[in-house]
Amino acid sequence: MDNDILIEARDLSRRYGERSAVSGLNLTLRKGEILGLLGPNGAGKSTTMKMLAGVLAPSEGGVRIKGVALAEDAKRAKQNLGYLPEQPPVYPELTVDEYLRYCAGLHGVARGERAAAMARVKQSCGLNDVAQRLIGNLSKGYQQRVGIAQAIIHRPAVVILDEPTVGLDPIQIREIRALIKELGEQYSVIISSHILPEIQAVCSRVMIINRGRLVYAEPLQASGSESFSNVLAAFRYPPSPEALHVIPGVDHVEKLDGDLWRLQIAGAADPREAIASAAVHGGWGLQELRAERHTLEEIFVELTSGDQPDNLKEAA
Amino acid sequence: MSTVLSIAGTEARRIFVSPLAWAVLAVLQGIVGFVFLSLLLEYAANPAGAGQFTGMADYIGGNLFGFATILLLLIMPLLTMRLFAEERKTGSLVLLLSSPASLIEIVLGKFLGLGAFMLAALALMALMPLTLLVGTPLDLGRIASGLLGLGLLMSAFGAAGLFVSTLTREPTIAAVLSFGLLLVIWLLQIIGNQPGAIGQLFTYLSLIGHFDNLRRGIFNSADVAYYLLFTALFLWLAVLRLDSERA
Repeated sequence: MDNDILIEARDLSRRYGERSAVSGLNLTLRKGEILGLLGPNGAGKSTTMKMLAGVLAPSEGGVRIKGVALAEDAKRAKQNLGYLPEQPPVYPELTVDEYLRYCAGLHGVARGERAAAMARVKQSCGLNDVAQRLIGNLSKGYQQRVGIAQAIIHRPAVVILDEPTVGLDPIQIREIRALIKELGEQYSVIISSHILPEIQAVCSRVMIINRGRLVYAEPLQASGSESFSNVLAAFRYPPSPEALHVIPGVDHVEKLDGDLWRLQIAGAADPREAIASAAVHGGWGLQELRAERHTLEEIFVELTSGDQPDNLKEAA
Repeated sequence: MSTVLSIAGTEARRIFVSPLAWAVLAVLQGIVGFVFLSLLLEYAANPAGAGQFTGMADYIGGNLFGFATILLLLIMPLLTMRLFAEERKTGSLVLLLSSPASLIEIVLGKFLGLGAFMLAALALMALMPLTLLVGTPLDLGRIASGLLGLGLLMSAFGAAGLFVSTLTREPTIAAVLSFGLLLVIWLLQIIGNQPGAIGQLFTYLSLIGHFDNLRRGIFNSADVAYYLLFTALFLWLAVLRLDSERA
């Protein structure tokens, strides 16, 4: 087996009584990857992350962290793991320094190295200014940073962050994202979110979970790929559909809202140049012309919205 | 072991930075002081009433410690309720569960952290009768035996409360449940008054009977073992409970 596989989950399943939250999930994380776990609310993201972090035992299947099975040697496996749950697990009555010192001890950082470890995470999470303050008096954004600092203080190989930007303001979100990108250079990171731009902004690979099952797993570059099958065009003085249809490479014409048209292309041809020159020629007043690419959002909607009625049935 | 001490240290710190611990200690000390004073005045007014063979240490120490048990029954649930219930409510329990610390280490750490509070309460209660040393000789052995009994009783209360705290996510519910549990185990003594084997069994199981011996200065290792086993049992139950929660 490859040495740089850091987390390997096999056939992970979790049931709560009758209800199955996650079933048959496989997941691998290699060194230096930032893996995004996407899914609608209640899809099983948090349950999956809890199982990966060893907080919840899977009903079936198992997790290996750096080759150590979580079920067999939890102590050794968890040493390579940093976990930030949805709610940062902080003690409001402690100061940032006290809390981080405690976390360092808890994660087995040797006594002599604790000060250095604390200085390092305070630096990278921007906590130097608040080190002496009570965590309970900090803003949500800072508490979140304290939570992240806690997860990386022992330099784990894998950092698991469950919805790290929930409840933050836009500036804090940008800061946390920048921090996560930085983390990705030193650690392997799994982050979960239902906010697509967030995943797009930081992740190198994405997995979509829906109703406890893995429905999509691809490197992120591929999901914004160069191939496309539709062209969108907007005209101020729209031509007749027939006039568009005769342009070479256009297979099918569809009128959308406003002045927007969707032109399905035939084969691998790129009719954009031809459309532009036809528009100039015919005086159609071309305002917009672009390829319609499959965005992560479309993939997400396509994969997760189809079975909405079933979802509701289950919830009822 | 260092993990246990690390958890214990932080737990103790969290207990003592909360106003609750100080309020509880203040109330405890106030009431114990009041009882101490009234016992002292009673003894001064009628020294013969204490009986020919009882001295200061027995009369004041013994009665004071006997009264303190009722107070402890009331206050220990207030301190144990936070241990796990509050952590579960705020989500900070996950920090412990995802760390390399084992469940046994977590439970022991929490219990030892609570131990710091119990020692503080014990020291405060010990100071009161010890002030009598200024004016009269005391049977220090009896005082020590009573304090040992109080300490053991507190650790039993603490362990039971810690276990109950793992059952729920609402600290107040944990407090009510552990108070109820302790009171029932305490009141087993009532059934113990029945004649026969059943009576003996319940007397043995009751929390309070074993304390009475120690309070009277009778050190019986069976009584000490009872409290230690009681404590260990509930700590073990807490570990089992946390483990079943994960599965």
